[in-house]
Amino acid sequence: MRSYLLAFSLLLLCLMFAGCTSASSTKHIPDELSGQLTLTGSSTIAPLATEIAMRFEQQHPNVRIDVQTGGSGKGIADVRQRVTDIGMASRPLASDEADLTAHQIAADGVGLIVHASNPVKELTPDQIIAIYTDKINNWKDVGGEDKEITVVHKAEGRATLEVFLGHFVIDNPSVKGDVIVGENEHAVKTVAGIKGAIGYVSIGTAEADIESGVLIRLLPLDGVAANTANVASGTFPMSRPLNLVTADSGSKLAGKFIQFCQSADVHDLVKSQYFVPITSESEIAK
Amino acid sequence: MRSDRTLTIVTRTLAVISAAIVVLVVGFLLRESTPALRQIGVSRFFTDASWHPRSGEFNLTPMIVATLVTSLGAIVVAAPMGIASAVFVNFYASRRLAAWHRTLIELLAGIPSVVFGLWGLVVLAPIVATFGGSGQNLFTATIVLGLMVLPTVALLSDAAIAALPREWIQGAAALGIGRSAIVGWIVLPGARRGIGSGIVLALTRALGETMAVLMLAGNIVEMPSSLLSPGRTLNANIALELGYASVGHRSVLFVSGLMLMLVVSAIIFLVSRQRGTRRDR
Repeated sequence: MRSYLLAFSLLLLCLMFAGCTSASSTKHIPDELSGQLTLTGSSTIAPLATEIAMRFEQQHPNVRIDVQTGGSGKGIADVRQRVTDIGMASRPLASDEADLTAHQIAADGVGLIVHASNPVKELTPDQIIAIYTDKINNWKDVGGEDKEITVVHKAEGRATLEVFLGHFVIDNPSVKGDVIVGENEHAVKTVAGIKGAIGYVSIGTAEADIESGVLIRLLPLDGVAANTANVASGTFPMSRPLNLVTADSGSKLAGKFIQFCQSADVHDLVKSQYFVPITSESEIAK
Repeated sequence: MRSDRTLTIVTRTLAVISAAIVVLVVGFLLRESTPALRQIGVSRFFTDASWHPRSGEFNLTPMIVATLVTSLGAIVVAAPMGIASAVFVNFYASRRLAAWHRTLIELLAGIPSVVFGLWGLVVLAPIVATFGGSGQNLFTATIVLGLMVLPTVALLSDAAIAALPREWIQGAAALGIGRSAIVGWIVLPGARRGIGSGIVLALTRALGETMAVLMLAGNIVEMPSSLLSPGRTLNANIALELGYASVGHRSVLFVSGLMLMLVVSAIIFLVSRQRGTRRDR
């Protein structure tokens, strides 16, 4: 399990950093970055931030970056109290958080998928809610074939589940799933194996799988096609920004790290976590 | 004399370490789950309406049932095949065929559980789905779990049968008893204990298997009404939710780990007690 491994490697990393706080910075080379950065917040962003931090540390051996989770709320609170250098928030900043600056590093879009042979072209939000709360049980009720709907749902706490429930304003206990899966890849394999299935996954994962010939199809939402381009541009409705948050007077090192997170150098890492890279500097959310 | 003392020290130390690991793990589980047990209380893990840890519902009973059903079901699948395979290599196969068969069974033991899970998900589940439903249910999980623990039963039964005194079998054959009667009346009763430990070991392995079951069982937390209904095991529950769990949720997941430990201990306790009484006779 990828997330499992990531959580574990994160733990190891934390343990490692706990042991080496004041080891470096003796050999100070001019113009070379050094020091320590702490990131706290969203568990969605933490695995990505950890990967980026590792690459950043490789390039700047005198820098130590510590990534801790605790949710977007903790990330923002920590930045405000100056206990952390950078907060991680997997949502836009609220209006009462204008004292902070958000730097978007990626976007996370969630799309509905069905089996490739399913003739249904689009579902309205009401139909989707009815399907997930067990009020519609057959594809013929939404303009498809006479086939039972197999609802593929995610395990409690998953990031995609939160986005899905938040977007359609569904209460998790009221969802009646037929299969509960963990990883995005597990959801894709399940939907590809059952002709009457519907599920929701990270759009990045689904696109990669469709390209490699897996028998699934992404459904558009509110008339907007579900693809990474629309997620990156912000037009796809079921998506959210992944932000790094700083107080206005961020340190030089924090600024360099954020720049690195937004650069094309880390696009492969962003994609490997099934997020959508922000294509150009101009799209950075303020 | 001196080497004897060294060996005593070494074996004692290693024995203490292996025993201490169990105690340490149980202690860790207890420590991590204490906040949840104290806050929620033990009874609510059996009486709540459902399992929705974020909405304050913590019923573990359907998961305990699903864990037992898949593991015991796996033994029902694996035991006849494993014992038959052990009898086959010892009495019915030519020497060459027996060697090949043993190698294949050992290879089966080496297949990683993720591969079993993937195979079940892509090949077996669509076949089971023709009986209705999604194909991801307790039945599919049980079949694959059975195949996974089959080598344990087969190899330990094989070893137990091979260890039987030659004279028993030769004597029986000299008395003119047929091969099937020798197997039924002498070999299987004689190797009973070894076959029994194979089955117990297979059962504990089945109880501990997470990945393949997670990929195949459907993971809906509901009291299963038939083998074709989906279910979630205690281990799958931890693996599914731990990655994203916040502090309170995490502690509740450790309770499900503790519960699994209790189920395993209860089974081992029952088996060893039964063996104890049998030995007394």
